[in-house]
Amino acid sequence: MAPDLLPADSLKHMKFLQSPAVKVGLSISIATGLYAISFGALSVASGLSFWQTMALSLLLFSGGSQFAFVGVIAGGGTGVAAMSAATLLGIRNGVYGIQLNVLLEPRRWRKLIMAHLTIDESAATATGQVDPQEQRRGFWTAGIGVFVLWNIFTAMGAVLGDALGDPKQWGLDGAAVAAFLGLLWPRLKARQPAAIAVVCALVTVLTIPILPPGLPILAAGLVAGLIGWFTSSPVPEGMAPDVEPYDEPYSAGQREDTRGATQEGAK
Amino acid sequence: MNLWIWVLVACALSFATKLLGYLVPTKLLKNARTSRVAGALTIGLLTALTVVNTLASGQDVVLDARLGALAAAAVALLLRAPFLLVVIIGAAAAALLRLCGWG
Repeated sequence: MAPDLLPADSLKHMKFLQSPAVKVGLSISIATGLYAISFGALSVASGLSFWQTMALSLLLFSGGSQFAFVGVIAGGGTGVAAMSAATLLGIRNGVYGIQLNVLLEPRRWRKLIMAHLTIDESAATATGQVDPQEQRRGFWTAGIGVFVLWNIFTAMGAVLGDALGDPKQWGLDGAAVAAFLGLLWPRLKARQPAAIAVVCALVTVLTIPILPPGLPILAAGLVAGLIGWFTSSPVPEGMAPDVEPYDEPYSAGQREDTRGATQEGAK
Repeated sequence: MNLWIWVLVACALSFATKLLGYLVPTKLLKNARTSRVAGALTIGLLTALTVVNTLASGQDVVLDARLGALAAAAVALLLRAPFLLVVIIGAAAAALLRLCGWG
């Protein structure tokens, strides 16, 4: 607690909260975490005990899979069917793991913790950053933030049940839509990424009625991966795995890109 | 009691799936083609997550208040709103539309 340590310490603190990745991570944590109220309430209503509900949030920790598990039980399905649905839905987390492992290069025991925190939100927040340190901050902020809030609100939902009402009434599903669009948006500036997004949106819409929940996301990922594999052109702006989606402070490349486009438009 | 077994098996498989991704050697994955695939994959997955969260209700495609949230968020992004504001606008749009009796 030496006084001369304070300025550096507070500077570090300020930098952390000013980091775009941390801001995004915290926003996503709150929006996603609140949604766990509905999971907790739904899980108890479908016949799981309080501790079974908490086990899913603490140990399985993947929102889509958890909803699938209790959804199958609520519909009168068996434990095996619930487990299978949850596992199928979780396959995409393995794909995120491959990406995050290349991007963040964690060592030994950190891999275990990172693996557990690997979900849609933490993967999306990390891959949305260009600077390796920001990618790390994004992953840990969203991963830990969602984990803590998701479990607190699962417990609340399980205890309070339906007294809180439907979270849809508060627009929380709309918050999730906006969050994912916000992460996708900055990548769509160039033509090729936008084309990939259009194709993948179509694949998703067409496969939603055919495939079990969760697999349309993988189908779109597969198509995108194949496009990436078979295009021979160099990686265009916006398609590098680590695009900086926010205006400051790392957007030099993107600004140049915009300027170029404007000049072309002026001609 | 029987259900506990499947809860715990599901938890174990979830962690195993996640960890498996981290055990793929990175050396295999560092070249131009891989970075193209990774970049395209990110766009594909984010697009699919957006679409699924907007339209899917189980295995049905449904047009409801979430579509309003998507539109409102897109407008906010066009106007260069910060991320948190975009998320709040998305929630507010969905909540308002439901209040008005749609979706």
